[in-house]
Amino acid sequence: MPALAPNDLFTILPALLLSLFGCALLVLRFDSPSFPVLLLTAAEALAAAALWRQSGFLGLTGFSGAILIDSFGLLLNTVCLAAALLVAWGAYAHLARLGEDHPEFYSLLLLAQAGMFLMIAGTELITVFIGLELSGICLYTLTGFHRDNPRSSEAALKYVLLGAFSSGLLLYGFSLLYGLSGSTHYPVIARALASHSPSEPIILLAVVPLVLGLLFKVAAAPLHLWAPDAYDGAPTPATAFLATAGKAASFGLLLRLLVGPLHDLRPAWDGLILFAALASLTLGNLSALTQSSAKRLLAWSSIGHSGYLLLGLVAANRSGIEAILLYLLVYTLMTAGAFLLLAGLDREGITDFRGLLWRHPGVSLLLVILLVSLAGLPPTAGFIAKYTIFLSLLQAQKFALAVVAALYVAVSLYFYFRLLREIITPSGPTPPTLTLSTGWRAAVGLAALLSLTLGLYPEPILAWARSTLP
Amino acid sequence: MSLSPITTGHYLALSAALLLLGALGLLLRRNVIVMLMSVELILNAVNLNLIAFSQHWRHTTGQIFAIFVICVAVAEAAIALGILIALFRNRGTLLSDEIDLLKW
Repeated sequence: MPALAPNDLFTILPALLLSLFGCALLVLRFDSPSFPVLLLTAAEALAAAALWRQSGFLGLTGFSGAILIDSFGLLLNTVCLAAALLVAWGAYAHLARLGEDHPEFYSLLLLAQAGMFLMIAGTELITVFIGLELSGICLYTLTGFHRDNPRSSEAALKYVLLGAFSSGLLLYGFSLLYGLSGSTHYPVIARALASHSPSEPIILLAVVPLVLGLLFKVAAAPLHLWAPDAYDGAPTPATAFLATAGKAASFGLLLRLLVGPLHDLRPAWDGLILFAALASLTLGNLSALTQSSAKRLLAWSSIGHSGYLLLGLVAANRSGIEAILLYLLVYTLMTAGAFLLLAGLDREGITDFRGLLWRHPGVSLLLVILLVSLAGLPPTAGFIAKYTIFLSLLQAQKFALAVVAALYVAVSLYFYFRLLREIITPSGPTPPTLTLSTGWRAAVGLAALLSLTLGLYPEPILAWARSTLP
Repeated sequence: MSLSPITTGHYLALSAALLLLGALGLLLRRNVIVMLMSVELILNAVNLNLIAFSQHWRHTTGQIFAIFVICVAVAEAAIALGILIALFRNRGTLLSDEIDLLKW
């Protein structure tokens, strides 16, 4: 047994910093209400510095190969970091209005993010399992954070039951992978699985529960049932975190497994992924059509986005994976921005937005940018993200799929524009005066600004996504 | 009469049966506590697998994994019961078909 090397600690430095500050937030008491947000910002700044330092040591492994530093993981960890920062800045005024402005909210954000780091950077089954559960347990608690609200508790209960069930399925697949290979390390599993054929019953028994568990975690249909309820019932800032960082980390885990050790068993899982992609596009976009709540509309549309993301995996080429990473980056900005915008305005019903443009033109402009980006129209970043997914499908000669996906963009235009139409319709009930916090302005403003500028000038993120694969 | 020895295959069959039982319990029962017990059954199916494979490969990795699974299952159960208490205070019921503020 080798002794602990400094290298080992360096590979998990971001997670160490995040959990340290997370614990500090639980223990320390504050007089100033803005102190937890400042402490979180400091933690994220240190974590960002650690990630930046790690980017000079690509290929370094820690803990006998349990953690791998590569640009794939660094990109996804940056996405989670951005999500946590935006959510914390945008959350505190909303939480204060709910009467739930406890420092624990920020602590849970940091601890969840530490778990996500392990999910994304882990290349060993026990490590990723611990990361998955650490983030999962924090996310369940965040969902039920509005304790006196029955909807919040109900959402948390559904999330914890189905989340634990999906972890169980995933873990069952893990146990069989370990059984087939005698190791929990991805490279050893990959070598051991190379001698198996994808149609063997034991392989199917391992791969099918594993992929189903992963599809649960990324909220892909037909295993999406928890998502609209959890997203709807959770306090809106928690939803913003759940729908963005939660999805990015789950996709990190999914891609590392399916493109790593399970890559040669592709015939055993690509049918499932294709079915889930099409089902998510269909159910996500069609169910969003009939929603009367903007929050639930965004929740369903995020299931549709899972469908687009999975199409990148269906394309089965290099550009497909790059497109997924780019899409996750852009998706996080626009979805976190949109949910935080709902939180800041304290509105959920679509009709509550009637006449917003005439009273609050600035806020309306931000909402328009975010919705246009979510719909995937130029000149926003959402267009670039969808375009790269379609391009990877075309490169893989999957023309029929590209056409179907493009048709669903047309469907999604309808429900995003339903919300836009309400905004520009004059008249409506007199809304309460808006009090927007500085942090909220910074978070939503930044999200909308980046959604627009990265659409006009996408070269940096395209180059970044391209550099992630060796 | 001598019975054939217990092989890894036997453990696998038992654990697959436990997994199925847990999944059925989760889908069919309406009491949330029983649903939680079903989830625990699934995690124990996993533990059985891990320990059987640990025996099969003659090393301890699987047992270590199982201990981690047990710890995490405890944490998860604690969180789930905490949420249940919050829900029971708000709603006064633990039957899944009466927990219907949000459409399933």
